[in-house]
Amino acid sequence: MLLVFEQLLNGLQLGVTLFLLSAGLTLIFGIMQVINLAHGSFYMIGAYVAATVTAYTGSFLLGLAVALPVTALIGMLVEMSMLRRLYHKEHVDQVLATFGLIMFFNELTRIIWGRQPLFMDVPAWLSGSIELIPGIPYPTYRLAVIGVGLLVALFLYLMFAYTRIGMQIRAGASNREMAAALGINIKRLYTLVFGLGTLLAGLAGVMAGPILAVEAGMGESILILTFVVIVIGGIGSVRGAFVGALLVGMVDTLGRAFLPLFFRLVFPAATADGAAASIASMLIYLLMAAILIWRPRGLLPAHS
Amino acid sequence: MLLLISATLLLLLLPTLLGWLGEEYLISLASRILIYALVAVSLDLMLGFGGMVSLGHAAFFGIGAYVVAIFTHHSFDGSPVLSWPFVLPGLDGALVLWPLAILVSALLAAIIGALSLRTSGMHFIMITLAFAQMLFFFFVSLEAYGGDDGLSLFARNRFPGLDLSDDTHFYYLCLAVLGIFLLIAYRLVSSRFGMVIRGSRDNEKRMQALGFPTFRYKLACFVIAGAAAGLAGALIANHTEYVSPGLMHWTHSGVILVMVLLGGSGTLFGPVLGAATFLILEEVLAIYTEHWMLYLGPALILVALFARHGIYGILTGRERNNV
Amino acid sequence: MSDPLLKIVGLRKHFGAVRACHNLSLEICTGETHALIGPNGAGKTTLLNLLSGDLKPDAGQIFLDNRDITRVPLYHRAHLGLARSYQITSIFPQLSVEENLLLAIQAHSGHSFRFWKKAVSDPQLRRELEPALERVGLEHRARDRAAALSHGEKKQLEVGMALACNPRVLFLDEPMAGMGPGGSVELGKLIAGLKQQMTIVLVEHDVEAIFSLADRITVLVYGEIVVTGTADEIRSSAAVREAYLGEEEPC
Repeated sequence: MLLVFEQLLNGLQLGVTLFLLSAGLTLIFGIMQVINLAHGSFYMIGAYVAATVTAYTGSFLLGLAVALPVTALIGMLVEMSMLRRLYHKEHVDQVLATFGLIMFFNELTRIIWGRQPLFMDVPAWLSGSIELIPGIPYPTYRLAVIGVGLLVALFLYLMFAYTRIGMQIRAGASNREMAAALGINIKRLYTLVFGLGTLLAGLAGVMAGPILAVEAGMGESILILTFVVIVIGGIGSVRGAFVGALLVGMVDTLGRAFLPLFFRLVFPAATADGAAASIASMLIYLLMAAILIWRPRGLLPAHS
Repeated sequence: MLLLISATLLLLLLPTLLGWLGEEYLISLASRILIYALVAVSLDLMLGFGGMVSLGHAAFFGIGAYVVAIFTHHSFDGSPVLSWPFVLPGLDGALVLWPLAILVSALLAAIIGALSLRTSGMHFIMITLAFAQMLFFFFVSLEAYGGDDGLSLFARNRFPGLDLSDDTHFYYLCLAVLGIFLLIAYRLVSSRFGMVIRGSRDNEKRMQALGFPTFRYKLACFVIAGAAAGLAGALIANHTEYVSPGLMHWTHSGVILVMVLLGGSGTLFGPVLGAATFLILEEVLAIYTEHWMLYLGPALILVALFARHGIYGILTGRERNNV
Repeated sequence: MSDPLLKIVGLRKHFGAVRACHNLSLEICTGETHALIGPNGAGKTTLLNLLSGDLKPDAGQIFLDNRDITRVPLYHRAHLGLARSYQITSIFPQLSVEENLLLAIQAHSGHSFRFWKKAVSDPQLRRELEPALERVGLEHRARDRAAALSHGEKKQLEVGMALACNPRVLFLDEPMAGMGPGGSVELGKLIAGLKQQMTIVLVEHDVEAIFSLADRITVLVYGEIVVTGTADEIRSSAAVREAYLGEEEPC
């Protein structure tokens, strides 16, 4: 029971990280209709910048404060200089160009920071653990990650529900032509949305820094999970991204933790662990396949 | 046509030429190019001709390679591949094993294709990518066959009349396979089937209004491409005598896609040129700098923005889809 | 008039609050040329889309020869003898003109799981290709890419593709829109010639053309039928004048 609770929190933590990545990317897909493989690169850039600044200044908060605007700025620069030219091209050109972007950013980080991974320490004031339920200590930092993720979700919800820019973005996501007809400055809106997306990706990267190794290519593995989330949630839907992210986070974490236990009930230990590991690693993709059969456009599609 | 004949002649004489120059080790690179050309052409069948942008093609390449590696491994061990529900012995005869690799890849392509083709556009790209990544993780977790570290072959497969451990023999075999596949693909794209595939790329709704159940034709195209990629995988396993999950990683799918687009999609010889250019460039640039990707990345962006028809388009001045 | 070939019963399609087609019932007889007219947004194209299978209705039924085809998918309806042209030209821009027509012919000459023989030189397909090219006057452009055609030629090709399907019922969605006067006359002649051979359902804004071509006319407003009748009946109908002709000058 204790283990279940801990794993639930782990699942939640993976879930909110995925939400930060997918919320921005699903908007970029939905509004600009551009397939962007390089979203993981901004996650990586966020982590690298934060790790570097933190190492120099000793302050995690300062690292965070520098990393977020830097990531958003690089994102907007990429949008204005390159991505903008791809909106009216075919998907395959977008794939090629953003794949090139990944190569470029990965190699650039290798040149600047070398091939060795960087490690970020958990800031002192977030180290240690808290007993949410008596007897079950859980690392404070991970709780903070969950808290920040949920706060961002709340912030996005309020922004979309109540602010002018939020409504413009929603209008853009559900009907591009309509948004343009309403006199919304589409060019500026696109740049802003891209900046917002990369900022969130950067935030996810910064928060993952103390948990994972910061290294070139770290964005690619999480990118695929992000795609799975978006496919499950429905392209262009932030609510879908939230549901999808939590679902993927939970299923992946719980599957890895508990599948071996279930398999051991039936099979001998060695076979059970091997089989469980294989199936656990495929679980979220099977989930995605099941949802695709059931609802090909995702759980909460933006364009109905 | 003249170009084609001279290129064929050059490829046929390549081992002899390299022998004169004393650069025999380059034969291995040439074989590698031919194998990647095969997988690139197969991707182009669905991408350039069928309009299906798959970012998971390396999965079928990797499966073909793993089928060969696993059976060859067991054949050397003398242990069975499966002992339950029936006994399946190891194999190392290419004439049985390679068709088996093709079959397994085709089967997998049928399953993945049937699911992915329920969608199109961005969804299709992400879903093919995700399924390929699923297979990647499956093989990473497969400790029995080396997991992350991959699996080595003790020797290349047996092929009647040829000694595959001889690089020149292996080269000619790869050349023959590519040549036959190009011929098949050439006939395919202008056949009735090819017409349907190209029509679906241009305007799928219209195809349905004309009375074509496009789904099954696209699926068939997906399966054919997957099967050919499986054959290429069988060849690459023999070529490097080593397989690893990295073959299926999505970035590897990306590399194959880059070869197609670099050479020129929607053409048959474009992907061949693309594979050759990419691999030679990689080889040459790696001599001067370990950071060659820093230059390749922006180059790809430029190709995407300005050179839609790739090297083939630049060389011939033709647009795509002229077979 | 003879038996109804197409029978529409209580057909409904709403897009959110927009009632593009509301409890619509209509019978179209074998051999007649039936025109759908109405102001913009009346649901003419929606009705055509529902009949051809491009859209699925929310409710109601469609019968062809007393067979319920409401749930029959788009591609299958073509084999039952329904063919159409689209308002926004829908061709295969990267294929040549003859390949465009060839596909339409190929669609009804057996399955296309044939991988080896060149389709363009297949005598079975070729036989129908020549008359199909001739019918729409595009022989001289057979080898050109469809994308390179002029707007009028694309429209002709589009109608040619629908005809190459050998349909029993032909749906034409504004075939004359955007054509010069000369092109309209040509196309009008083509359609007049087809009247003897097949049933035609026509959506068109050119009222003159409709009154000269159509046997019967249905006037739609807001997804509902105002009146159905012959050209003379429509001309003299007060309801039509109020709902349509008097209100808005058709373009």
